[in-house]
Amino acid sequence: MSTDGKKSILREGAMFQGILLGGFAMAAAALLAFGNEGTYAAIQERKAEDLKASINQVIPPNLHDNNILDDTLSIPHPAGDPITVYQAQRKGQTVAVAYRMSGFGYGGEIAVIMGIEANGKLLGVRVLSHTETPGLGDKIEEKKDDWILKFNGLSLGNPSPDKWAVKKDGGQFDQFSGATITPRTVVTTIKRGLEFFNSNKVKLLAPKKMEAKQ
Amino acid sequence: MSTPYKTIMADGLWSNNVVFAQLLALCPLLAVTGTATNGLGMGLATTAVMMTTGLSVSLLRNAITPEVRIPAFVLIIATVVTLVDMAMNAWLHELYKVLGLFIPLIVTNCAILGRAESFAVKEKALPSIVDGIMMGLGFTFSLVLLGAVREILGSGTLFANASLLLGSPFSILETVIIPDYKGFLLFVLPPGGFIALGFILAGKNLLEKKLEGRAADDETPETPVAEAEAR
Repeated sequence: MSTDGKKSILREGAMFQGILLGGFAMAAAALLAFGNEGTYAAIQERKAEDLKASINQVIPPNLHDNNILDDTLSIPHPAGDPITVYQAQRKGQTVAVAYRMSGFGYGGEIAVIMGIEANGKLLGVRVLSHTETPGLGDKIEEKKDDWILKFNGLSLGNPSPDKWAVKKDGGQFDQFSGATITPRTVVTTIKRGLEFFNSNKVKLLAPKKMEAKQ
Repeated sequence: MSTPYKTIMADGLWSNNVVFAQLLALCPLLAVTGTATNGLGMGLATTAVMMTTGLSVSLLRNAITPEVRIPAFVLIIATVVTLVDMAMNAWLHELYKVLGLFIPLIVTNCAILGRAESFAVKEKALPSIVDGIMMGLGFTFSLVLLGAVREILGSGTLFANASLLLGSPFSILETVIIPDYKGFLLFVLPPGGFIALGFILAGKNLLEKKLEGRAADDETPETPVAEAEAR
């Protein structure tokens, strides 16, 4: 590239190549660090907005009078990290709870948020994030298909626990043509979420303020 | 060394098209072209990255030595893609929710490395930007074409969910080509992508043969009979 003789001898040395590449790597790392620094707060804000919006989708805002994002509890889960539960309260009574559950689909983790009424009925479920195949597995998104709405009003007794599976596995939920693993993961994740509700019902429904006193 | 803009445009859009001529970038191509809308989203995101990497590589072309150029290009591309990913997540969040799925796939796009290697490293900044845009648009065109073919044959629709990507005014693009279509799974899955791509490439070759024949016809006025027969 350079026609300058002295310069090209220096540029051909192995040392120079190493330093050059190291310099590039450092510059890239610095750029990424600055980029992360500059966007971190905004991304966290967007995430909180998304969370609030998705909680509002699974728990109708007119059902409660508290700020759901403030009244949270952390409940240990036998398999994995403790689960953060968002309580919807009305006049000090917990009327519904929302929490995140996740399972592994075809392309990676599928995270859903589920809203459950105090009587154990599903108010709604939405997929928060997934990396399923676009055009095949992404029908679990509410925007693309109404499949996820079919869970509204169901509970662990309706249908019976053994029917909580996709049709291919003998259950009652439709799979998609070309994608069985994705809906199977969603169905079993929701089922696990309902089981979690049943086994922690008392803790989940105790209003946050009482919990704090104990 | 400089290439006329006309040649850059013709190369990017048609004669040296990333997919139809260079047969590069087949991994993201087959992964996302289940629908025309996804193809469009991937194409636009790739165009933006190609433009930016073209510019950065071109500006740094005198600093990069030939011996370490490949790792240097990879670093530049990965940095640009990651920065684009973070910036979109922070400030274009709605668009990010739709395109976010595709952005990590751009890193695996060998066409970007190919352009850095064969064009941007030799050219000035402006031609490199133009080349990035043209190559990107050519890539977008092939993604949308392949996506449209697969979407029509596979699910009987065209530009489904376009309003999610482009905004609600574009919902007019969403059309059902074949009502009550049961779906043809093969074309939704990657093998159908290969099959459709094969037919498109054959069609492109036929078209070019015909154009060549027509150019030859202009010189020798005896062949129109043969052309008429061929029709």
